[in-house]
Amino acid sequence: MGRVSSSSKSLPLSPESAVVWNKSWLIPVFGVLLVVSIAIATALGAVTIPLHTTTRLLTYGLFQLPIDGDERTLATIVYLIRLPRVLAAALVGASLALAGTMMQGLFRNPLADAGLIGVSSGGALGGALAISSGFAVGSSFLLPCATFAGALISAFGVYLFAARQGGTSLTNLLLVGIAMNAIWGSLTTLVLSLAQDYEISRQIFFWLMGGLDGRGWAHVQMVFPFVVIGFVPAFFLSRDLNVLLLGEETAMSLGINVEYAKRLLLVFASLLAGAAVAIAGTIGFVGLVVPHMMRLILGPNHRLLLPGATLGGAIFLVWCDLFARMVIPSEELQLGVITAVVGAPLFLHLLLRQDKTQRNSA
Amino acid sequence: MTDLAFSLDQVRYTPDHTLILADVSLDVSHGHWIGILGPNGAGKSTLLRIMAGVLPASSGIILFEGQALEQWSTRERAKQLAFLPQRTDLSFPFRVREVVAMGRTPYLERWQNESEADERIVEQTMALTEISRLADRNVLTLSGGEFQQVMLARALAQQPTFLLLDEPTTGLDLRHQFEVVDVLTTLVQQGVTIITVLHDLNMAASACASVVLLKSGRVYAAGPPQDILTVEAIRAVYGVDVALGENPETGALQIIPLRATRPTG
Repeated sequence: MGRVSSSSKSLPLSPESAVVWNKSWLIPVFGVLLVVSIAIATALGAVTIPLHTTTRLLTYGLFQLPIDGDERTLATIVYLIRLPRVLAAALVGASLALAGTMMQGLFRNPLADAGLIGVSSGGALGGALAISSGFAVGSSFLLPCATFAGALISAFGVYLFAARQGGTSLTNLLLVGIAMNAIWGSLTTLVLSLAQDYEISRQIFFWLMGGLDGRGWAHVQMVFPFVVIGFVPAFFLSRDLNVLLLGEETAMSLGINVEYAKRLLLVFASLLAGAAVAIAGTIGFVGLVVPHMMRLILGPNHRLLLPGATLGGAIFLVWCDLFARMVIPSEELQLGVITAVVGAPLFLHLLLRQDKTQRNSA
Repeated sequence: MTDLAFSLDQVRYTPDHTLILADVSLDVSHGHWIGILGPNGAGKSTLLRIMAGVLPASSGIILFEGQALEQWSTRERAKQLAFLPQRTDLSFPFRVREVVAMGRTPYLERWQNESEADERIVEQTMALTEISRLADRNVLTLSGGEFQQVMLARALAQQPTFLLLDEPTTGLDLRHQFEVVDVLTTLVQQGVTIITVLHDLNMAASACASVVLLKSGRVYAAGPPQDILTVEAIRAVYGVDVALGENPETGALQIIPLRATRPTG
């Protein structure tokens, strides 16, 4: 029996015929950039510590080496205050960007975002409830727990409603996401308006704007497992994500277990986004802008895009948070404001440019 | 191994109690080009998608290579059978060769990269479908017809024994239509079984060994085109009066549409 096979004469392979890997060298470059960014962000602050001192103190801290008496204060600043905050920024950025990339692939829309399916707003409602009810007063862990619960419930709800008749239609999923966002958003407003205490509503409002003020090792430890759990299936599913972009039926005809892949993507993107909201509140534009930028640099292939967006998201948020800390000497800006101010114009620029190239060549 | 590629028995598709396909029974033997014909909404694409295994039938039995279609693992099936939907919406800036390489998916493990052999197959498929000059173009910058050719190349890169194509020539200019038909004819001669949804009756008459004429979700008639595409059948199914002739060069059946009329039968 016959089978499609091309003529037996073998064509010479051009160097460009390598399908993806010609840009893979950029991944270690992003890795190095991230490490450098973390070191710089740890050195800078109200007290600026020379970079070599910072690096030395970080190394000492890493290997738990003894530190001289007069450097103890600096070591405390570097190791107990700044480093966990910078790492929290990196983890939140990585989570948001990776979740955004997965959602954009899942929804086959480069403008889709993890926030779209209502996970972020569900998390925000959980957090707002926890603050206003006084539940979050007990321990610094309780607020993240509440937001994470909200995010998971929201994701579960979206899936339950969207996946009714055997399969998950993407249009359904998006529409349910819109409904979820509306519900969670108005409930959050309700919680905010019902809060009797001005201090409490101010606290909720500040947290909703997003920030990393006072985030310590506890928060880093809390978010770290989720990032790791979210990472693994992401890389495992990169080929599925690529093929899903051709449409679900084509993906199915190429041997992809589409329902399985979609479910995994949904759950793990929700985990990542939920964990990020738990730590830092709602920070917009990271999950939208970073994958966009990375797609322009690395191309749309998820085998490079997923690690690229993860590293890029971490770098982006480390610098945004540094800017939030540094721009006004005695004050601290909200991180969500910074990412929106940086992200929104950049996003519009990318959008317009993409639109133009598409129209010119059409 | 049976001698039937597909055997459909009483296949129905009735989502939400709407009758899309009713009791379709059909046998497809190996190594032929079968055309699925019929007016808009007759269920052509639905039938093709059900045969490709990307849409579950509501009831009925579909045997593919003598084995129930749903018992095939999606991956093993993907090595045998390639499916090209009517349209593909891709909004990400992949290069043409990357999209064609996606046809290699069923042959690759999750962690595996395309081997040199895979890349060679991609190159050869692009050469076969005459899109080599587009290899490094961003697919978002292609014309509709060029994109359609890329998608065909993607299906061919799967190296299937069975090729299920939904209107593979729609949107292509005359020359490219001929090229696609030539490529598919060559494949049939090599033993590949091809099933296409077609709108062009003349193309079906000249290229297909047999045609399946669908009307309102039922098989109106099936068999060799010269037996099936009669004036009466076309009037009954399409609601169009035609004159039949003969292609002066190939001798194939030639259908000349005259005027719209009311479907009969």
